[in-house]
Amino acid sequence: MRFVRFAVVAAVGAAVVAGCAPVQSGPASSGSDEKTGQLRVWLFDEVNRGPKEAVVKEAVEEFQAAHSGVTVDVQYVQVQTRAERFKAAFSDPKSAPDVAEFGNTDLAGYVAAGGFADISGEVSGWDEGADLLPAVLDTAKVDGKVYGLPWYVGVRALYYRTDVFAELGLTPPTTLAEIAPLARRVRAAKPDLLGISVGGKYTYGAMPFVWAKGGEIAEEEGGKHTAAIDSEQARQGVAAYTELLRDDICPPAQCAGNGGDASVEAFRAGKAAMTIGGDFNRKSVDESAAAGKYAVVPLPGETAGSIAPAFSGGNLLGVMSGTERKTLAVEFLKLLGGKQYQQKMFTAMGNLPTFADVQAEVAKNDPFEEPFIKTLSAGARFVPVTADWAEIDAQAVLPTMFQQVATGAQDVNTATTAAAEQMNAAFGS
Amino acid sequence: MSQQVVRTRFRRGDGRVAYAYLAPALLVLAGLLGYPIYQLVLISLFDYGQEQVSGGAALEFLGLGNYRALLSDSQFWTVLAQTVGFAAVCVLGTLLVGTALAVLSTRVRTWARTLLFLAALGAWATPAVAGSTIWLFLFDANFGFVNEVLGTTGFSWTYDRWIAFGLVAAQVIWCSFPFVMVTLYAGIKAIPVEVVEAAALDGASTWRTARSVILPLLRPLLLIVTIQSIIWDFKVFTQIYVMTNGGGIAGRNLVLNVYAYQQAFAASQYGMGAAIGVVMTALLLLITFGYLRALRRTGEEL
Repeated sequence: MRFVRFAVVAAVGAAVVAGCAPVQSGPASSGSDEKTGQLRVWLFDEVNRGPKEAVVKEAVEEFQAAHSGVTVDVQYVQVQTRAERFKAAFSDPKSAPDVAEFGNTDLAGYVAAGGFADISGEVSGWDEGADLLPAVLDTAKVDGKVYGLPWYVGVRALYYRTDVFAELGLTPPTTLAEIAPLARRVRAAKPDLLGISVGGKYTYGAMPFVWAKGGEIAEEEGGKHTAAIDSEQARQGVAAYTELLRDDICPPAQCAGNGGDASVEAFRAGKAAMTIGGDFNRKSVDESAAAGKYAVVPLPGETAGSIAPAFSGGNLLGVMSGTERKTLAVEFLKLLGGKQYQQKMFTAMGNLPTFADVQAEVAKNDPFEEPFIKTLSAGARFVPVTADWAEIDAQAVLPTMFQQVATGAQDVNTATTAAAEQMNAAFGS
Repeated sequence: MSQQVVRTRFRRGDGRVAYAYLAPALLVLAGLLGYPIYQLVLISLFDYGQEQVSGGAALEFLGLGNYRALLSDSQFWTVLAQTVGFAAVCVLGTLLVGTALAVLSTRVRTWARTLLFLAALGAWATPAVAGSTIWLFLFDANFGFVNEVLGTTGFSWTYDRWIAFGLVAAQVIWCSFPFVMVTLYAGIKAIPVEVVEAAALDGASTWRTARSVILPLLRPLLLIVTIQSIIWDFKVFTQIYVMTNGGGIAGRNLVLNVYAYQQAFAASQYGMGAAIGVVMTALLLLITFGYLRALRRTGEEL
């Protein structure tokens, strides 16, 4: 009896399983294009949101004044929980915004999920669009199509403590190979300081070392990516970076768990002689123990005078594919992401503009931005543009690789081979 | 013969009534438990990522593909072993501390017992995220109270794999012993005084009374708290996620739940995540049934 019941349940179960499939939401596009109503906008929350909010408010008022019957509702989304918010928005277009700010590394995954609309035509037909920096615009493209308007770029360079360097009679490094000995000397003279504050999870701080040695994260051929992090050049880069995660520079017990924020935090606390920081870290460093006692140079490359290729981070503004107000959404995009408001955002937040002319003007008036703009024009790099990158990123493949080497659990060859295998598994799926 | 027929019919009618009474509970169970498990198993058979959920890509039926990929991943086995070891330590620790304090509270004055219970309830009521964060503050390398007291400023409690596991285990025990303590305290108090008195009159020592009289009477309760602890500690997530910053340096403090979250849900590989969920459920059932069987073999009525 019991067996019969079990068999019936199993048979019914099998039939149900075979006949059903998990839910999928349909194609998101609604087709309608209304010219009035509420335009919903998602922007990222910031540690110090006030100035950003003020600029956005100004743009919203200008937009509402120019479009009668239109209101703009701006919501601020936490960066840490963005993945959940965006996934929910893609799965349920009804709860999605019309315009959203998002990080350029998330682009490929979002596009594969069908979340953002192709705005290639709108951007190329826009008079201001011609001045967008090509390298920056590339970070908004998937398969040659533009899915976002670059709102600002984020590049990293080498921060160092001028007082410490002056006291010890040191000059900033001019090649990548000089960084480790220099950092070692500082820590030997001042054991309270980290020679350079870097972290095992600080992928964007580490990748310039790999790129400077001629290595790559992955290579693309015919639309298919293959991991290249286990190449000879890439391995040299991984070795050069992890050399900094040693007791005589940045002890692993203290540094191996750090990402970018924590790395900069040690510099802010006055506990590091150098760090790799972004132009976006300036305000927070200016309000810290290191204020007034630091300077920034581009992270040097292999040869003296060269610059290590930086990661070109930054945020985009995109139009959601499910929007019922595409024309309005694109117009708002052009306003908030246009030259006038990028200039205002720079003044308010220090966000580096994405237009060549606006950027040049900004650099002219503010010498602080010079090393960052130099780094950017020397050629910045990007993560592999594929939806699989989101998976590799979430699985912490590269941080795990750096940490394995930093803790001495694996040597460079073993760790890079393992990372390459895991990346290829993701690329293959 | 006729008597037997009557009896059968009677019993069958009885069964129907019983089912009718059980129906509402069964419906709720089917809705709240059956349907999610059905969805979990179903999703685990597909390549089901964010692209598939939001309709950007077609669904692909993988059959047991997700399970094959999971079981052939060497990291899964490492994490599984870690999870079992970690849960075992936590369960033993929780039971030991809980039982010891339950016995202690039957033997101290009222004010001491009240104090003990207040402290235990405080630990119990603290949300896991808050508790983990407070422990992290206490054990912070540079500014932590513990390093201050021990004079070991700069020592990182979350760097070394085993020290980090030990710290998290201590936190888990801290927040789960009150359940064991309160339950067993109630159990001990419910033992009739005459029974203990009788043992004393027979000349049994305290140790002997505890072993031969109190412990057997407490066994059903012990069984429940043990199974509860196994299930809780096997599924621990918050403490590891918060205290080791998502699984420790290079993922060496991962346990199954955090592994599933990182490899599957954060990476939007819901099919794989569901497969890990199914495997975890099966493992828990196995462990629990194994435990019950082992007990039955030692002659316990269940």
